[in-house]
Amino acid sequence: MGYTVNALTKSLNVFHLGGSACNNCDIEILDALTPRYDLERFGITLVGSIRHADVILLSGIFNKKARLRMLEVLAQAPRPFLVVAIGGCPASGLIFRDSYNFYAAPADYVPIDAFIPGCPPKPEAIISGVVTVIKALREGAMVPKCLGEPDRAGEMSPVPQAEGAA
Amino acid sequence: MNSTRVFLEFLLFPGLLFTAAAGLLTSWVDRKVTAMVQMRVGPPLLQPFYDLRKYFIKETCVPEGGATGLFLLAPLIGFAGVTLASLILWRALLNPQVTFVGDLIVLVYLLMMPALGVVLGAFASRNPLASIGGSREIQLMIAYELPLVLVVLVPVIQAESIRLGDLVGGTPAATWSGALALLAGLACMQAKLTIVPFDMPEAETELTGGVFIEYSGPPLGVYKLTRAMMLFTLPVFLVALFFGGFVIGPGLAPKLWGLLAWFVLVALTVVIRNTTPRLRTDQAVKFFWGPVSLLALAAVVLAWLGY
Repeated sequence: MGYTVNALTKSLNVFHLGGSACNNCDIEILDALTPRYDLERFGITLVGSIRHADVILLSGIFNKKARLRMLEVLAQAPRPFLVVAIGGCPASGLIFRDSYNFYAAPADYVPIDAFIPGCPPKPEAIISGVVTVIKALREGAMVPKCLGEPDRAGEMSPVPQAEGAA
Repeated sequence: MNSTRVFLEFLLFPGLLFTAAAGLLTSWVDRKVTAMVQMRVGPPLLQPFYDLRKYFIKETCVPEGGATGLFLLAPLIGFAGVTLASLILWRALLNPQVTFVGDLIVLVYLLMMPALGVVLGAFASRNPLASIGGSREIQLMIAYELPLVLVVLVPVIQAESIRLGDLVGGTPAATWSGALALLAGLACMQAKLTIVPFDMPEAETELTGGVFIEYSGPPLGVYKLTRAMMLFTLPVFLVALFFGGFVIGPGLAPKLWGLLAWFVLVALTVVIRNTTPRLRTDQAVKFFWGPVSLLALAAVVLAWLGY
């Protein structure tokens, strides 16, 4: 456990999964990854494939259709990985809460490890949130929800079959 | 030469362990120089090692419906190839007398294996983006192998031997033909490492990792390690061919010159990577079959004439 967490937190590959967001959080995420903030100092790099991801950044409310795609993508991620919600939308839906296409806040059906609040959070807030998560993991105050142990394997894959998904 | 010694050489000193460690450090140099070009601090020295350790705790995802055996075997093909290539190269550098006739040809073939492994793995993964990446990799190989063979021919003509041990003493880079061949060799090295401007098989922005898209966990780690080892071995190969290697000659000076030449080659590669956009596949083929091949051909003719 200690070895796994240490190995994971020393080298985080970030995958950015945005769905039905207003795009502000996505821009702030990209901002946080620019040379100005130089997250590579901490071994954090952006990757393009979900198979390479260690941290999945969620932004937006994931409306009725985007939600199914998001769950499918999450089910393809190799364990152990962390899910970090950027902005207020994944937690509560914020202003999209009463939209016709709103299903539920992702916090209600995705195992999110950490929330970085803000609308949108500044790059500094994102970095501070990631640092807090890394510290909590190393001190053992927090365990990744998707560790990949066999008994937990089924917990994470609520990819819905009904509702005309395909 | 008994078999235990050969085995130890393969596993420890010029082989696996040494090449892996040196390759990871080289990839740190690559990332650090990149960071300096972008005016930032960059990763810590041991970051490539942390990355590799991370890959080995991750889950290995195998795509459904792909060729599972080949998918998992493909990373090892390139890994074995570059390890053997480094072993042969360093044995020739350390002790030019023990090499065998024609080892240069074996070396050129072995240095081709990583690209072949990547192509096999990409096609075995049954991912359309990986297939596109794989076919681009093949086209790139077809493009750069011709000038690369011509480049290798120049030191061979100058030394009139195809044994690596006879080549490492001379310094063809100081002649006209050698300098031209080295220039063409630099372009080939850039393409062989599939880094910008020749990174179309991976194409982060359009193929999102391309040939590696379906790989996760240890197999991906082996791929990254293979690439790091290639980033170390290919400049060593050029140094051995054109600058006389690291170890030949009395005293410390030849070793330092070799090291300096190696570092300049790596730094040049990284700077080119950071200052050029990605070419299309057809542009890369035209580039290699046009100017680079002509340059290499001119170098061969000059070497034949004795310049």
